Amino acid sequence: MISLIDTLKSFVDGAPVKKEDDTKLTIKKVSKHHETSFTERVTSMIEKGESKTARSAYTVVAVIMAVIIIACLIYTVSFLPHFGGADNPANSSEVVKAYIENGIHDTGATNFVAGMILNYRAFDTLGESSVLFIAATTVIILLFRHKTKEEEKIATVEEEVYEDKHDVILRHGALILVPVTLMFGVYVLFNGHLSPGGGFSGGTILGAALILYNLAFGDKSTQKFFNYNINKVVKISALTFYALSQSYMFFTGANRLPIPDINGVAGSLISSGFILPLNIGVGFEVACTMFGFYSLFDREEI
Amino acid sequence: MIYIQYILVIFLVICAISVCVTKNLLVSLIIFTAYSLVMSVIWLFIESPDLAITEAAVGAGITSILFFITLVKVDKMDEGEAKDD
Repeated sequence: MISLIDTLKSFVDGAPVKKEDDTKLTIKKVSKHHETSFTERVTSMIEKGESKTARSAYTVVAVIMAVIIIACLIYTVSFLPHFGGADNPANSSEVVKAYIENGIHDTGATNFVAGMILNYRAFDTLGESSVLFIAATTVIILLFRHKTKEEEKIATVEEEVYEDKHDVILRHGALILVPVTLMFGVYVLFNGHLSPGGGFSGGTILGAALILYNLAFGDKSTQKFFNYNINKVVKISALTFYALSQSYMFFTGANRLPIPDINGVAGSLISSGFILPLNIGVGFEVACTMFGFYSLFDREEI
Repeated sequence: MIYIQYILVIFLVICAISVCVTKNLLVSLIIFTAYSLVMSVIWLFIESPDLAITEAAVGAGITSILFFITLVKVDKMDEGEAKDD
């Protein structure tokens, strides 16, 4: 058993395999081949050009596979109904018909896509938000690293020394762009049920604005209003709020709150029941996740 | 109007192929961003502005930022340029 592990080790790490004679007078190397490690052997093989045939064969096979898959996909596309045709299967389905005819009355959303994904199919969106949450958690588990005190000291000294390391043009550009981007993100987020947009896109725009601010003004000024704890609290409360209101909708069988009946009117911000708060919840979740991704990728903390 | 769509789709295919073929990773990334942008315009043409906004924000914005950071982290930013010279 041990000898097997040793052999494997020598194969990978390149430790020479030795075998002692019965007399223990001479140490004999059995296999010269394993003196160099596995990676070294592969590198030398590549350098010598021994693997050239294998490489070209790989390329050829990859291209052939890609062409076959593309051909299959294009063949399938030829069976799809014409875009926007009147007799498409989507138009003859009973469910789709009911959704399209009663959608605005039921959900109150002028933007029917929002009504679909946050009312009829709201559980799918809950799943998507949970996937984002899980992804962010995994990235935190993999990349988050508490800095030691020495590293923190070095970071603060560097911050003081290279205070103007952030580009002047970037700073002045960000000064103009960040408020506009934030405003646009909030607009897209709040008008998700009235105009194109919604939680995911609005949240991503908010996250992009945060990232631009961080790039231009550094970590310290970002930490003043957005740190790990705030990120954690906002994300968990947004997801919990979504899940709770969604279960309320689901279990009471109601798809609207007792609110004034101004549903389906363009420009009425407070309408269409739960869709606006759900959009806001999703938006905060997405914004925190995006900024968290960026921050963890960049400096391994939030 | 339909011809603009044809041009965009052809540009999309060219972008998709050149992303794989380009040796310089930085250039490849910028082509990828262009791909996302063109894709979002195509979404607009086929009447799904929701997707267009999301594609522009996620595909052209966040994804490329994450890729750029990864390039900086693995120190591949200058390697391609050196090869070209």
